[in-house]
Amino acid sequence: MAKVESNFKNMTATLLVITLVASAALGLVYQSTKEPIALAQQAKINNAIKAVLPEFDNQPGNEAYTVAVDGGELTFYPATKEGQPVGTAVKTFSNNGFAGRIELMVGFLPDGTINKIAVISHKETPGLGDKMDPKKSNFSLQFEGKNPETFKLKVKKDGGDVDAITASTISSRAYCDAVIRAYNALKEGGKHE
Amino acid sequence: MSKLYNLTKGIIKENPIFVIVLGMCPTLATTSSAMNGLGMGLATTFVLLGSNTVISLIARFIPDKVRIPSYIVVIATFVTIVDLVMQAYTQSLYEKLGIFIPLIVVNCIVLGRAEAFANKNSVFDSILDGIGMGLGFTFALTLLGSVREILGAGSLFDHKFISGDAILVFILSPGAFIALAYLIAIFNRLKK
Repeated sequence: MAKVESNFKNMTATLLVITLVASAALGLVYQSTKEPIALAQQAKINNAIKAVLPEFDNQPGNEAYTVAVDGGELTFYPATKEGQPVGTAVKTFSNNGFAGRIELMVGFLPDGTINKIAVISHKETPGLGDKMDPKKSNFSLQFEGKNPETFKLKVKKDGGDVDAITASTISSRAYCDAVIRAYNALKEGGKHE
Repeated sequence: MSKLYNLTKGIIKENPIFVIVLGMCPTLATTSSAMNGLGMGLATTFVLLGSNTVISLIARFIPDKVRIPSYIVVIATFVTIVDLVMQAYTQSLYEKLGIFIPLIVVNCIVLGRAEAFANKNSVFDSILDGIGMGLGFTFALTLLGSVREILGAGSLFDHKFISGDAILVFILSPGAFIALAYLIAIFNRLKK
C-alpha cells in the first residue's frame, strides 16, 4: 500500500485529526466518569467516618469544615446523635511517610479520647509500613480509648508510648505525627461548638 | 494455524516478560501481590488491545515522520481512559497501582507491538496479537506477584495461610529482581 507522503501539510493534518479525535474521546469518558469518581471518593470518606466514630444520626459530611495547618488542610466531621455531640472525625495527614503522604481518619470522642483510627490512603511498603492498616495488624488498636493528654503520641524509641511497627519506625512516626496534628487542631479550634 | 499463533505466541513463545523482557519497570514495581499483578496486567491488556486495533486501522494514513507521535497520542488516550475508569470503579486497586497506571503510556510493550506488529498487519491479526501479548503480560505479572506474595507475606490474593511474617525481602524491590530472575531461568529451561 502506498504510504502517505511525509510533507508538511500531510503531517500537520494527520496530527491535528488524531489529537482532535483523541481529545473528543477523552472528554466523553471524563464526563461520564466524573460522577462515579466523586461518588466513590465520597463513599470512601463516609465509610471511614462510620468506621472511626460511635453511632451517629446526622450527616457529618454536610457539616464538615476545614482548618489549614502546616501547609495542608484538616477536615473536621462533627457527628451528633439526637442533637448531642458524640464525637468528631478528623481527616488528617502526614508528609513524613516512608514513601510520601499518609492520610488518616481519626475519630475523637467529645472529651478528646481517640475512638478509632482508619487509614484513608498511604504509599507505605507492602508487608511493612502498610501494617498501619487495621486489616493488616493490631498496630492501630493501641490508640483506641487513649487520650493524647496522657498517652504520649510518639514511638517508644523517641520517648513516647507507642509500640512502633517492627521494621517500620518511619511509618509509625508519620502515623503518630498525623494523629497529633489532628488532636492539636481539634483542641485549638476544631472543638465542638 | 498462523492466525491462532498470533494469539498464543504472546503467552509462552514470545512472552513479553519472560522471553522478550520488555516493560521491566511496572513488572518489578507493581507485583508486590498477586492482585496488583493481575490488575496491572489487565489494565495493560486493555490498552494493548485498544492501541493495536486503532493503530492497525489508521497506520496507512499516517506519514512516516509523525508515526511515533501519532501512536503515542493513541496509546495515551487509551491509558487515560483506563485511568479514569479504574478511578471510578476500582478505587482501592487504583490507589495501590498509583503512578504505574499513567505510566503504561511509556511501557515498551505497548509501543513495541504498535511498531513491530500492528502497523504492518491486518486489524484482526493485530487484535489477536494485542490480546495474546496482554494475556502473556498478565500471566507473567500474576505469576510473579503470586510468588512474591506467597514467599513474602505468606498469603495469596490476600488469603493468609501462615500467621506472622514471611520472608519480607520478597515484597521489597530486591525480592522482585530475585523472583523474576528465577522465573526467567525456569521459563527458559521449560521452553527447551
